[in-house]
Amino acid sequence: MSLDTKRSDDGESVARATGGLGWFVAGSKRERLEFAGIVATAALAVAMIGFILFDWLRFAPGWTGVGPLADMLFGQFLIVGEWMDFYLGTNVFQHPFMWRALATGVLIGVVAPLVGTYLVHRQMALIGETLAHTAFAGVAIGLLFIAVTGWDGSLLLVALVVSALGAIGLQKLTERTNTYGDVPIAIMLSGSFAVGTLLISWGRDFASMAVDIEGFLFGSLSIVSPEGAQMVAVLSVAVVAVIAITYKQLLFITFDEQAARVARLNVDRYNTLLIVMTAVVVVGAMQILGVILVAAMLVIPVATASQLSQSFRETLYLSVLFGQAAILGGLAFSIGASLPPGGSIVVVAIGFYVLAIAVSDRTGSSITMH
Amino acid sequence: MSEHMNGVRRAITGVLSADSSPDSRVGSITDREQPADGSTQHSAGRTSVETTVKPVIDIDDVTFAYGEKTAVENISMSVEQGDFLGLIGPNGSGKTTLLHLMLGLQRPDSGSIELFGEPAEAFEDGERIGYVAQRSTDRGGTMPITVREAVTMGRFAHVGHSRLSENDYEIVDEAIETVDIADLADRQINQLSGGQRQRAFIARALASEADLLALDEPTVGVDAESRDQFYGLLDDLNTQGISIILIEHDIDILTKHVNKIACINKELYHHGDTVSFLESEALAEAYGAAHGVVEHDHS
Repeated sequence: MSLDTKRSDDGESVARATGGLGWFVAGSKRERLEFAGIVATAALAVAMIGFILFDWLRFAPGWTGVGPLADMLFGQFLIVGEWMDFYLGTNVFQHPFMWRALATGVLIGVVAPLVGTYLVHRQMALIGETLAHTAFAGVAIGLLFIAVTGWDGSLLLVALVVSALGAIGLQKLTERTNTYGDVPIAIMLSGSFAVGTLLISWGRDFASMAVDIEGFLFGSLSIVSPEGAQMVAVLSVAVVAVIAITYKQLLFITFDEQAARVARLNVDRYNTLLIVMTAVVVVGAMQILGVILVAAMLVIPVATASQLSQSFRETLYLSVLFGQAAILGGLAFSIGASLPPGGSIVVVAIGFYVLAIAVSDRTGSSITMH
Repeated sequence: MSEHMNGVRRAITGVLSADSSPDSRVGSITDREQPADGSTQHSAGRTSVETTVKPVIDIDDVTFAYGEKTAVENISMSVEQGDFLGLIGPNGSGKTTLLHLMLGLQRPDSGSIELFGEPAEAFEDGERIGYVAQRSTDRGGTMPITVREAVTMGRFAHVGHSRLSENDYEIVDEAIETVDIADLADRQINQLSGGQRQRAFIARALASEADLLALDEPTVGVDAESRDQFYGLLDDLNTQGISIILIEHDIDILTKHVNKIACINKELYHHGDTVSFLESEALAEAYGAAHGVVEHDHS
């Protein structure tokens, strides 16, 4: 990322030399705090990607020679988990499934608010929900396909493809109507869900479908498979990279689409990019949050951050921090109270939002002095 | 890159001398200051001097319709370098459509449009055009974004996916100073008044080092005093050779500032300098065609 938005006089050249992060270097206490938060989040995310990678590599073919090493490092995470269980009096962190869920959650907590910041300010907040429903249809199609053909591929991969196709379809639909009117969105939202329920009911009549549909609807910690976690890790790296590269273009289009067109940005291409990234994030987040609640992670942290931030860049950083806080807080609550993670995360996120409204001195973000 | 901005700054401070910027723009200013022929037929009486300089925009017999509904019909005209063109016409007369066609945002059904000598729809140098729309089209009302962030967007077309350089930030700073909003640079756009906001958008256009400014009713909802300042700024920019196309409803304001007027109501009723426009019947004809009633009192 390369846009410095705020510069104080003495830190100017330092800030420029150090690039995007330099924004914080000579900044106020608040900026340093945000910077520390971002660094901590990044470290956590890298550790989680490490876990997923070790989990993956320990089954690497023997000739590569990395299997035993990865297995050893993987074991370290579980040992840490045992200590956590010991101190917290729980019995969850020593199990690989919990680490997978945790890793998926942490990564979603980074990428969902990142993509969501653009969506919310393009007034496309409901796109996430729509694509989640499309992904549900994708899960149904995948289940049916697997039941009929005996193919042993990943269910989530099918959901990902269907959701991405749905995203492109939705994009074409709204391009034709020349606006993100909510009618095509409403049709797509209920339509794909309808197709999903029909397919599942129909499929049950002649094939056994051994998948926890409720887990997909409401989210579950135990639903996160090693493949699901790996997919989220790959997607997270890709989404963060794409946003780092296209930050400027996406910002311009979000702020003033018409002027972006005049400046000869390929607006339609960036719109498609954004919406496909949304589809990807939604499928990843669906495992933990569930189809019905997935949009919350795209919207609530961003709304919270927008209430408090001065600049767009700060909104981006703060929404990631609030997203992360909601994920960690929500998972902790979920584990402590033995309740589903989706609802817990959303409730915690809303708690932060309410707090932000109470703290901020703005009654709305559209105050004018005019 | 920054020579242009320096040129802008110099001229703002009123040091526009003949030898200060020996580029084509000075030539074009001179062209413009030659007494125009006052004719309503645009290129009819052009002198041979101008054949050496390509027009900024050249429209040749353009027709465009939204489905069955014709928006502009058989319009031919050109915008020369250094023009400050006012585009007027009744509501629904196709002004904004014509502007969009000029900028290549829409493709004509028939006829052709050249932008800086290239077909408008294939024109790629987005940074040469600065666009300021009516207040309602951007998201500045709800989005947390600072003035500096918005102005910096003017550099985006220059750098593409690479990083903004030291030089880019300097250009942004200069643009912000030029429109006199340096003290507001770290404020949110939505904390600005209407006039300040539009200045920020002009700064964005300056930061992109645009040769052409296109403004679609930029001062709707802006108080009278800020509006006068805003048009004063446009006059200054035009003096340095930036071509400006302006859609504005208020004919009194318009005729005070622009040096060319195109009056349209689907068809072109007049295109020529301001004096000849005021002497002509074009306004009455154009508005008469739309409403059957001529309410304006210009004689």
